[in-house]
Amino acid sequence: MPACIHELFVEFIVSVYHRHHHTYMHAFGIGLTGLVVALGYLMKQKNHHISLPLQLLLPRRFGITDSSFYVCGPALKDIKGKSPSLKFERRKKNTRPGILVRQLHIEEQLLRTSSENWCIINDGTNDPTIVMGFSGKPAELLEIESVLHDQVPVIRRFTGGGTVIVDHQTIFVTFICNKETVPDLQPYPRPIMSWSSSLYSKVFGGIGDFHLRENDYVFGNHKFGGNAQSITKNKWIHHTSFLWDFDVRNMAYLKLPKLAPAYRSARGHLDFICRLKDYMPRSTFIDKTVEAAGTQFSLRSLELEAVVTCSETEFRPSTRFLTNEELAAAAAAVSEQQLGLP
Amino acid sequence: MALRMWASSTANALKISCASKPYLSLSRCFSTVLDGLKYAESHEWVKHEGSVATIGITDHAQDHLGEVVFVELPEPGGSVSKGKGFGAVESVKATSDINSPISGEIVEVNSKLSEAPGMINSSPYEEGWMIKVKPSSPSELESLMGSKEYTKFCEEEDASH
Repeated sequence: MPACIHELFVEFIVSVYHRHHHTYMHAFGIGLTGLVVALGYLMKQKNHHISLPLQLLLPRRFGITDSSFYVCGPALKDIKGKSPSLKFERRKKNTRPGILVRQLHIEEQLLRTSSENWCIINDGTNDPTIVMGFSGKPAELLEIESVLHDQVPVIRRFTGGGTVIVDHQTIFVTFICNKETVPDLQPYPRPIMSWSSSLYSKVFGGIGDFHLRENDYVFGNHKFGGNAQSITKNKWIHHTSFLWDFDVRNMAYLKLPKLAPAYRSARGHLDFICRLKDYMPRSTFIDKTVEAAGTQFSLRSLELEAVVTCSETEFRPSTRFLTNEELAAAAAAVSEQQLGLP
Repeated sequence: MALRMWASSTANALKISCASKPYLSLSRCFSTVLDGLKYAESHEWVKHEGSVATIGITDHAQDHLGEVVFVELPEPGGSVSKGKGFGAVESVKATSDINSPISGEIVEVNSKLSEAPGMINSSPYEEGWMIKVKPSSPSELESLMGSKEYTKFCEEEDASH
């Protein structure tokens, strides 16, 4: 069976009550599976009518062992005053290659085919993996010779933005929302970016001079979180890779990008980025992210056996690995260009 | 109704407020809208001349998207369907779908955009055109907005956020 089916998502539904001159009800769900935490479900209320049921799930990760982690959570009372039962799911840490591509495929499919809202927290991948944005050019962004020699996987994702190298220490947080989900939010890059930064401001609460700077999450002028988005006709996705910690050696695979934010001031990788672990414990960050969502949404729990399986639908994701041949051809083209060859 | 009252009471108790909206867009109040074109709610324009319709994104769209750094367009000979995506632009770390206002066969693609995607920002209605299409259902143009209607649409959209 496809690997996707075996991944269990524990779904949280965060319902939001947002009071304004109109009344809205929103629900997010956050689920955890394998290395993937959280699925969200939002409910929207239009014209004072609640159109979708309100279901929530709040998982708390107990701990991570070498081979497994536990997911469970205290479920808050639902709107009828009942207390949903606790749901426990134990899933082995996924050691299969390509787990990050699988997550990106799922995200892309949820963006393109799901009518619901989601929040996904992935607690890292395994092997160091380079992830380029939609328009990334390998020859401009990567030290291709080293990448090929060390067989570092390279992914081109469906969202925009720059290049990152991620590993088991990276934390990924993704929001996938219908355009009308967040009140008064225009579905364009800068408003969405601003909304996300306001949410994470609640997470960090003044720690480390956190702020959004030229579309990066920084402490002071050091980047620790990279953002990317994709906006469709009716939905948007905003996902972030947080540098919990990183291996200095991995940075050597990346070139200095031509399109760099002004605040980088031509600094090298190690002078430009910082580690989130120096500011907050890992579990605290994940818990506070859920808690921050809880300031806008109320949380419940829902468990799903599986969300989507790419192979079982007609949807074909665009995110993919770049082949060795493609990388080598890109490097060769640059060499020929430099030599003035046609 | 009961749920809404419960929710309202909960919000009051938790002092949940939406008074602060730091994510409100600070876009311009006025974007250029040309007469003689037709417009889609997803902010694409169509210029119908004879048997060919030219398609691009509006000034309102390019202003909200920010600096365009990359454009992905289809190949000539392909087809587009009304309301469906046919390409994407990248700006400010985001890819944004471009949707076709009409259905038809793609007869020409603006290849200059691959080298100069910024033309979408600097000249959204002229040099920033994206594809030329032979409409398969000319009546689809009738359902699109005219310039005045689209101007009002943009104003209402910006005012509601």
